[in-house]
Amino acid sequence: MIHLHYFAGLKEAAGKAEEDLSWQDGTADDVLQWAKQTYPAFDFTAVQLAVNEEYVHLDEPVKPGDHVAFIPPVSGG
Amino acid sequence: MGTELKPFHVTEGPIEAAPYMEYVTHPGAGAVTAFAGTVREWTNGKRTMYLKYEAYVPMAEKKLAQIGDEIMEKWPGSRVAIVHRVGELAISDIAVVIAVSSPHRKAAYEANEYAIEQIKKVVPIWKKEMWEDGEEWIGDQSYKPEKESENE
Repeated sequence: MIHLHYFAGLKEAAGKAEEDLSWQDGTADDVLQWAKQTYPAFDFTAVQLAVNEEYVHLDEPVKPGDHVAFIPPVSGG
Repeated sequence: MGTELKPFHVTEGPIEAAPYMEYVTHPGAGAVTAFAGTVREWTNGKRTMYLKYEAYVPMAEKKLAQIGDEIMEKWPGSRVAIVHRVGELAISDIAVVIAVSSPHRKAAYEANEYAIEQIKKVVPIWKKEMWEDGEEWIGDQSYKPEKESENE
């Protein structure tokens, strides 16, 4: 199981801020591909992924228990 | 200890600059800069009624602290405190305060600007502009709503 976190437009497209996903082994890219298939209405082009609160490259391993956040382009300040 | 100030903080309540300026002030400092980012009413000809900010709070606070570490490394002798507000903000409300102290003023100005630029690049906080006739997440270029009546 991994814990997914959604924000901004993706949170609205998914209709939820968080969900758990059954998970054995894979990479951040595998999680991204799952999300693209699950929420096809959302354009993930500019979305970055964070694993356990750090930005990662898509080849980063994702293990059960990890928190994976989808980070659309930020606009704080 | 409820009044103890967190130097890198994301909060839902109103924010003020003074406590953060006091936090970074110390005998070795010769300058303190405070930046306040406020909610602008008009952006690109569109009138904002209010803004909604949301954050991935634990990661945002971690990233703010990293910016603080970078500043202390790039501008030795400086101290930093940053607070960002989330939730619904009205026009002229303060969204972010950055306080930097340094031995001399140039570093305090430069480091303060560095902080806001980094916030806009790496800190997971999002702003939604709420207009009379619609709304949009800003910076979220992956979301392209249909443009309607651009001449209005």
